[in-house]
Amino acid sequence: MSEADATGGFGGAARGDASLSGNPALVGQEAVRLEGVHKSFGVLEILRGIDLSVAPHEVICLIGASGSGKSTLLRCVNLLEPVNRGRILLWGQDVTAPGVDENAVRRHIGIVFQSFNLFPHMTVLRNITLGPIRVLGVPRDQAEEAGRALLVRFGLSDKRDDYPDRLSGGQQQRVAIVRALAMRPGIMLLDEVTSALDPELVSEVLGVIRELADAGMTMLIATHEMGFARDIADRVCFLDEGVILEQGPPRQVFTAPVNSRTQQFLRRIVDAGRL
Amino acid sequence: MPVRGSRGGTYLDQQTLVAAGAPAPGSFEGNGRGSHLLGGQRAAAVSTVSTVVFIGGVIALFVFAPGAAAVRHTFFNPQQMKQAFLGDPSKGLYSVGKGLILNIEMFLIAEVLILFFALVIAVLRQLRNPVLFPFRMLAVVYTDVFRGVPLIIVIYGIGFGAPALYIRGVSTQSDFVYGIVALVLSYSAYVAEVYRAGINSVHQSQVAAARSLGLSQWKSLRFVVLPQAVRTVIPPLLNDFISLQKDTALVSTLGAVIEANRAAQIDSSTLFVYSSYTVAALLFLCLTIPLARFTDRLIARDVSRRMAGGATVR
Repeated sequence: MSEADATGGFGGAARGDASLSGNPALVGQEAVRLEGVHKSFGVLEILRGIDLSVAPHEVICLIGASGSGKSTLLRCVNLLEPVNRGRILLWGQDVTAPGVDENAVRRHIGIVFQSFNLFPHMTVLRNITLGPIRVLGVPRDQAEEAGRALLVRFGLSDKRDDYPDRLSGGQQQRVAIVRALAMRPGIMLLDEVTSALDPELVSEVLGVIRELADAGMTMLIATHEMGFARDIADRVCFLDEGVILEQGPPRQVFTAPVNSRTQQFLRRIVDAGRL
Repeated sequence: MPVRGSRGGTYLDQQTLVAAGAPAPGSFEGNGRGSHLLGGQRAAAVSTVSTVVFIGGVIALFVFAPGAAAVRHTFFNPQQMKQAFLGDPSKGLYSVGKGLILNIEMFLIAEVLILFFALVIAVLRQLRNPVLFPFRMLAVVYTDVFRGVPLIIVIYGIGFGAPALYIRGVSTQSDFVYGIVALVLSYSAYVAEVYRAGINSVHQSQVAAARSLGLSQWKSLRFVVLPQAVRTVIPPLLNDFISLQKDTALVSTLGAVIEANRAAQIDSSTLFVYSSYTVAALLFLCLTIPLARFTDRLIARDVSRRMAGGATVR
């Protein structure tokens, strides 16, 4: 647990590792590994063989045009979408194998959606304590204390008793991130979390994500914010038509892309003034 | 984003509100909203004149129709109406007023049972657990059958069928009980469908958010989907209960129950004056109209709330 404490109390890979596989010896192994993942919706093939491995504490940004499969990839990791072919391993354990308890897997993975998806009939505090209370079985007073602490930490303590529709988009998205963190996940998946926000609200959300990265959270981030990806990512993956065409450190991918499709994509981004 | 629901009301604003049953601009219960659209005073004048002409016409029909005097005597006889309302034991007349109390009792008991039973059926149809397959099938058959069979037939079926079975504890109940059972059976099928529509109206992204926290399908339904669904369907539910309130009168066909319409029947059969029906009808309206207005208010509140929050992504 000393590592979890060092990462600010919301759990690094070590904790997720131990509690998912029950085997502390696996600490240090890959947090996530995708092997030849295919996913189709009817005849539409979205993912066409994704291979990717994520080390503990690594921050990976997925970039690429809309429809390239970024969101689907994240939803597959969270088992919200069943894969058609291939395997997904979390801390060495195959979670796409038959008989895996998907609810148990999801407990260790936090996901934040583009459109926040807060529960509109619950206050902010109830939103973030629902999971700990109903899934982890944490007693209500303890869950609320932990929730309040998280809200203080992310500057949302005055919104504690508000309903989501009273909050700005930026605040809602920060609450959504806190809701995921309240489950003390070993990995966070962020699905274009700033795309639905007014431009002036983007930075407050990106600030929170930076804080998570600094604390050592393992993250897979699908994003259109290229400047942000360049700053925060340990590795950038360029997705095109369901495959990872190019990956590497941000400096390399953004300044000296090898693949011509990557070059094309980045040129369009630069032309649009987004980089 | 379009239209933040401002108090002044934009064009779209008006359209949506009118569609939702709020007073149309310039109607006589209008609240001044949108009067600038149709030219204010002129619209008010036009609506006043048309209202006066319409009501005048209806009154004229009752006053000048060939049989107007007979209708007034039969249906609107003040003496008879008073007698029907209070009842007259010396003449063996039941009180329509008392019958109505029995009606309300029945309605309230049936309503609570329907709300519960229908929710169970709606939830059963929603759960995808293979173990529950037979129950899911049963729920589908049940809603299909009881939505298709007229209530009066269900009432006869239970009211006359159950006693004929000679089952201890089942066949010896009162018509009051059979009536409630029939109402619950019939209405639960409708109300289950209303619940189901509400459940389906909760966006899939809410389910995704709940499941991604590790909540099981049942817990997602219980803590995230159902609370939102029930809130959405309160106005249509109230609508169904307005008609349940009326339909409770049909139980009187079982015979022994002293109930509003029943009282009216006995009353009229002895005197050949139908004023007691009028009393029963008026009493029903006294109950259903406030319920209807209350429903309208809930719908209007819902619409305005949705428009106030309409600019945010959900």
